[in-house]
Amino acid sequence: MGKKSLAAPYIVWMAGFIVIPLLFVFYYGLTDKSGAFTLENLAAIASPEKVSALLRSLKLSVLSTAICLLLAYPLAMILKGLHVKKGSFVVFLFILPMWMNFLLRTMAWQTLLDRNGVINNVLAFFHLPGINIINTQAAIVFGMVYNFLPFMVLPIYNVLIKIGDDTVEAARDLGADGVQTFFRVIFPLSMPGIVSGITMVFVPALTTFVISDLLGGGMVLLIGNVIEQEFTFTANWNLGSGLSLVLMVFILISMVLFAKYDKDGEGAAV
Amino acid sequence: MNAPLIRLDKVSKTFDGTMVLDELELSIKENEFMTLLGPSGCGKTTTLRIIGGFEKPDTGRVYFEGTDITDLAPNKRQLNTVFQKYALFSHMNIAENIAFGLKIKGKTKSYIHDKIKYALKLVNLDGYERRSVTSLSGGQQQRIAIARAIVNEPRVLLLDEPLGALDLKLRQDMQYELIRLKNELGITFIYVTHDQEEALTMSDTIVVMNQGYIQQMGTPEDIYNEPENAFVADFIGDSNIIDSLMIEDKLVEIFGVKFPCVDTGFGRNQPVDVVIRPEDVELHPEGEGRLPGVVSHIIFKGVHYEMEVMAGGFEWLVHSTVCHPVGAKVGIDVDPFNIQIMKKPESEDEEAVGVNG
Repeated sequence: MGKKSLAAPYIVWMAGFIVIPLLFVFYYGLTDKSGAFTLENLAAIASPEKVSALLRSLKLSVLSTAICLLLAYPLAMILKGLHVKKGSFVVFLFILPMWMNFLLRTMAWQTLLDRNGVINNVLAFFHLPGINIINTQAAIVFGMVYNFLPFMVLPIYNVLIKIGDDTVEAARDLGADGVQTFFRVIFPLSMPGIVSGITMVFVPALTTFVISDLLGGGMVLLIGNVIEQEFTFTANWNLGSGLSLVLMVFILISMVLFAKYDKDGEGAAV
Repeated sequence: MNAPLIRLDKVSKTFDGTMVLDELELSIKENEFMTLLGPSGCGKTTTLRIIGGFEKPDTGRVYFEGTDITDLAPNKRQLNTVFQKYALFSHMNIAENIAFGLKIKGKTKSYIHDKIKYALKLVNLDGYERRSVTSLSGGQQQRIAIARAIVNEPRVLLLDEPLGALDLKLRQDMQYELIRLKNELGITFIYVTHDQEEALTMSDTIVVMNQGYIQQMGTPEDIYNEPENAFVADFIGDSNIIDSLMIEDKLVEIFGVKFPCVDTGFGRNQPVDVVIRPEDVELHPEGEGRLPGVVSHIIFKGVHYEMEVMAGGFEWLVHSTVCHPVGAKVGIDVDPFNIQIMKKPESEDEEAVGVNG
């Protein structure tokens, strides 16, 4: 016992809030309303409406993950280049919005992006054409990028600051120019951070229904919305659970693919 | 005299308002093992980094075989660096690390393969090609770092305290290893260290630096036996530095006692610093010798006894193979040849500048 007993609260927590609910999801997902075993709930993913929602989810989450990576990597490089004190202050600024409620921030963007919202009013004031992206896929991608960007920046930044100046200088010393140094040394060494970042952005982006609800205005259905509706509107818990299980498989597959690269276990790969 | 391979011309460098190098002049000959020696913050690493191209001097130029390379990027210079903390690429195995520079230069596969084999043999790590960097000890990693540098056939190898992170025994082994490497490769080594023993063991030329100035430059024997100022004398080995009066040529007064010496040209009745190495202090029985004293401490150090002798109000540090117990009355004498006279610095500033020449 001894140290092991200290884990007891966590084990109780895990059992109560992770394992048991998961078993419920499995139970509901693999049974019909009468409680008999069925695979129909899983097969339901094959219906055209759900396939298109899943594909749309994949498309938007891959797109926003890619945008996050493209924005986060240069930012993390700049942060690394800053003086330590300055760097951690900028990182702090970056984390600051995360301390505000996620829903609140997304709702704020709903107001900002609205056809008669703040941004368009400002643009109109300067006689500039307004932007009409609210309730489109673009708005959802925007919302995902906005909400999940810090989760991409932090793991990459954490890996980059561990790369010593002398490692970079060694590459230069051995004849590599700036570009070669980046692609042969810095980028490969930052791979674990990139993998963590991708995982931490891709998974919530694939499963979100709040962002698509608020910024998509119910016009753009993602797989998250479809599952949510099964639980809330149609009250078909069996079908909702079944679809959740299918989505979990998708995530598991992507995790396995990522884990192959994340040998060092840097950052917080799920 | 050969033209210098590398020449620093009035190189100055300031970091955050602190002068690190002040109009440094330095020439390095082909095939020389030169050591930049000094305490931390003396500017030795900065000098090396300027030669390597990692720092740009504020003023002054750097020449390589007469060509100005001051503004040349590090990857364009015909020299390679061995870093203090090895700086190996942890995402590559040993062979890939060594091949890094050669791949960049677009060498053929078979050439690279042969070079890796040759380099690993040279650093006594045959067959380590497929090992990962993290599986090696510190000493092995440093050998790989050296191998990675020398496969590029640099004209000059820059070594920035490469043995600093190793333990004493390994450090001593690696010193001999480096001398052997230097002789086999026949290239110029510029070595930075704060360890005077390392410098004395390996170098052809030692450059003693302090506060951004060269204090003295010469062979290890010159530096040890004829330090030009109190800083060098104090930094290189143990020494007794004593305020004295130069009576006339070849005669100095130490604690009121006249000692014959061999130095000339300091004028008459001039205050000077006298340096006497502890192993050069001769202890005679009471009544003999020039200066009477009493042994106040004794420690057995293996090869010799280290004693402190109170004489003339000064604690003399003495190394001798003959034991004199604490409290023993002795007479101190010094061979004229072992008395090193140094001009007294006239100001703090001059102390830093040292005696140039």
